[in-house]
Amino acid sequence: MADKLISKIPDGPLAEKWTKRKSEIHLVSPNNKRKLEIIVVGTGLGGASAAASLGELGYNVKIFCISDSPRRAHSIAAQGGINAAKNYQNDNDSIYRLFYDTIKGGDYRAREANVYRLAEVSAAIIDQCVAQGIPFAREYGGYLANRSFGGVQVSRTFYARGQTGQQLLLGAYASLNKEIAAGTVKSYPRHEMLDLVIINGEAKGIIARNLVTGQLERFGAHAVVIATGGYGNTYFLSTNAMNSNGSAAMQCYRKGAFFANPCFAQIHPTCIPVHGDQQCKLTLMSESLRNDGRIWVPKKLEDVEKLRKHEIKASQIPEEDRDYYLERRYPAFGNLVPRDVASRAAKERCDAGFGVNETGKAVFLDFSDAIRRLGHQKVAERYGNLFEMYEKITASSPWEEPMMIYPAIHYTMGGIWVDYDLQTTIPGLYAIGEANFSDHGGNRLGASALMQGLADGYFVIPVTIGDYLSHKFAEPKTDINAPEFVVAEKAVQARIDKLFAINGTKTVDSIHKELGHIMWEYVGMARDEEGLKTAIAKIKELRESFYKDVKVPGNQFEFNQELEKALRLEDFFDIGELMAYDALNRKESCGGHFRVESQTEEGEAKRDDKNFMYVAAWEYKGEGVEPELHKEPLKYEFIEVKTRNYKD
Amino acid sequence: MNFNVKIWRQRNAKAKGHFETYHIEDIESDASFLEMLDILNEQLIREGIDPVSFDHDCREGICGACSLYVDGRAHGPDDHVTTCQLFMRHFKDGATITVEPWRSSAFPVIKDLVVDRRAYDKILQAGGFISVRTGSAQDANNILIGHDVAEESMDAAACIGCGACVATCKNGSAMLFVAARVSSLALLPQGKVEAAKRARAMVKKMDELGFGNCTNTRACELECPKGISVSHIARLNREFLKAKFSE
Repeated sequence: MADKLISKIPDGPLAEKWTKRKSEIHLVSPNNKRKLEIIVVGTGLGGASAAASLGELGYNVKIFCISDSPRRAHSIAAQGGINAAKNYQNDNDSIYRLFYDTIKGGDYRAREANVYRLAEVSAAIIDQCVAQGIPFAREYGGYLANRSFGGVQVSRTFYARGQTGQQLLLGAYASLNKEIAAGTVKSYPRHEMLDLVIINGEAKGIIARNLVTGQLERFGAHAVVIATGGYGNTYFLSTNAMNSNGSAAMQCYRKGAFFANPCFAQIHPTCIPVHGDQQCKLTLMSESLRNDGRIWVPKKLEDVEKLRKHEIKASQIPEEDRDYYLERRYPAFGNLVPRDVASRAAKERCDAGFGVNETGKAVFLDFSDAIRRLGHQKVAERYGNLFEMYEKITASSPWEEPMMIYPAIHYTMGGIWVDYDLQTTIPGLYAIGEANFSDHGGNRLGASALMQGLADGYFVIPVTIGDYLSHKFAEPKTDINAPEFVVAEKAVQARIDKLFAINGTKTVDSIHKELGHIMWEYVGMARDEEGLKTAIAKIKELRESFYKDVKVPGNQFEFNQELEKALRLEDFFDIGELMAYDALNRKESCGGHFRVESQTEEGEAKRDDKNFMYVAAWEYKGEGVEPELHKEPLKYEFIEVKTRNYKD
Repeated sequence: MNFNVKIWRQRNAKAKGHFETYHIEDIESDASFLEMLDILNEQLIREGIDPVSFDHDCREGICGACSLYVDGRAHGPDDHVTTCQLFMRHFKDGATITVEPWRSSAFPVIKDLVVDRRAYDKILQAGGFISVRTGSAQDANNILIGHDVAEESMDAAACIGCGACVATCKNGSAMLFVAARVSSLALLPQGKVEAAKRARAMVKKMDELGFGNCTNTRACELECPKGISVSHIARLNREFLKAKFSE
């Protein structure tokens, strides 16, 4: 099976690889494109931009989403911005620097060639988005404005207030609408993929449930593109939208697609802290806030006590009694260290007893300096809507008192293994955006998720998928009455029947919360061997109790949100387990993955390049059975691999 | 906090709906309205009652999925919020809270509080875009856009497509929704080329789909969770007139 992991990275100098690959790729003529069908699952930045671009090329595209409209995909919630190597600020930015920052930020666990390509196409994304009418922030002269983000020393992030994801998605959705109107794309909202159909080893379609009628429907194509995002909701509490799930990815995994680096999950440092047991969702406060906000906790434990008892306010603690711990530990980057570093530093202070709220799990993000330096109006222009949002949720005004924040699960760098063409180990099956593993290594830098989703969708997949389809145009339309479709649909039906038959006493959410607790406790910000083994055992038990005691009310043939959640939870068990296996195997600390056994004397993460400089690609071996590990070695030919240092 | 929640129950699009009242206890004042509904649903499932269906997703006020009419107001008794950002501290302990789906013939009920808003997608498909092909764009800084123009365009582009304006309007008009898109694009040089055509096509589609007419009551503006101004409707009307004259 090892020969399945062929990365197809083109030879030659780094800067010429993408050009070289593009020149090798077979073309499909316009009259043949009309004969070819492509299924795209998911309508976030990756899916919407891919479907629109493929439609423009003349392919017949079917696009699926679980929500009532493509516009609701979770990309909509991204706040801060999108990176591009435009060097509009004349601060010596370049494709190389964006590439280098991304590789370094990812702690040297991403592929050089993929990341370089990402940086290379980044500038064209901004051009495309401006042409679509996205109202990016502008300087007074009419030129595009930029801001900085964590982990970098240049200003290359483009933004539309704190709603950049929304604006980019509305742009991609508009292009999608243009193609739906033109008849090249057909949209299937409120449809959920429940299985991948493989014929003669190639991806040929999907089984989807119409979420309104409950009917199972079959859809055939010449290729399938998965763009369903990440699996952060395995933890129950995360910044992901409530319906975000990893199910499509798990269906592909169970059908033979390898799943890469599942343990690399990003914990975002600036989220609103958990308020109680009734909570179901955590809210992110954009990383852009760290541009002007300063993170601190009190130096004295007695001040912490007083804060917790509401005897004093943060603003009453004098400057000399504040510990700006990021500025103290990482003078070169200060509050703008990468997310994994900032999150662990917050945990370290809170574990040491300096957490500033009743739960002991919060630190301050303070704007008083920025307000003094820049004035109220400037700060309002940059962060006004974020301040408002914070105040709505917490009933406390960041203008008067610092925000309270704490890390939360936000993004997953791991995903379906893909080659340079974004094709999975199953021919004809592609994965783009957060759903794949390819560009962010062990940790993703801020404002890079939007960049990757759109790079894959607008500029990579429309080119690379042609190489596969150029051999397929003579093939007839996929027959949805083929035995493979019948078998797949029956299996999905059996899965649904099984869930209704249990008729137990526990709700789906209550079990999902338990899974979340296991994941956060043992596969969270700090992991060790014993804990990970415990997690695997506990997930197994929990899965058993789910199949004995879950209650799914109603029936299949109606709008049934409990059934949707139950099906997704089954897949979250598989992902949780897979994450724990991967974390157990990776005995180094790297990016978002921190193994307690592997740290320096100062408590910084200790990477082990000698033994772990590889992509861990896992092959499914059956429910509850340990998956098989395949290794794709990572070679760094064009950069020197260094220890990440944000101190000096 | 304790509440009585009076909720619209309707099995499917064809079934007749009715109100049911449920009692719920021990809700944290910091819980969001949708978290309260989550807890209610947990309770209903345990009691063997079908849980209440409602659309929701991001729970941070940006996806536009949530769409509840609470105590006679779209998104409930707080200004400039979606239902997911409405908190229980805005209600009196012991209150009876009435929860309905959006009421509009253009948004038929699917189940309980879930409505079908595909009509919005159809309006945007009629012309809510700039016809640019991937790859044909010039350098982004070749199009200069004044700071204030970009900001005004952004004000309109902030629309989340939730449908509160339609649900609030006594005529069930989608004018604010249409105007937000038309205005956001018409303000920008890139969007001007197709501005008149866009306005005409989108208004025509809106009329076809059974939305009502705008009679300038401005109720939409008051209830829009993103505070989108009716001044954009004036710009839509200008673009629409231009389109008429150019016919």
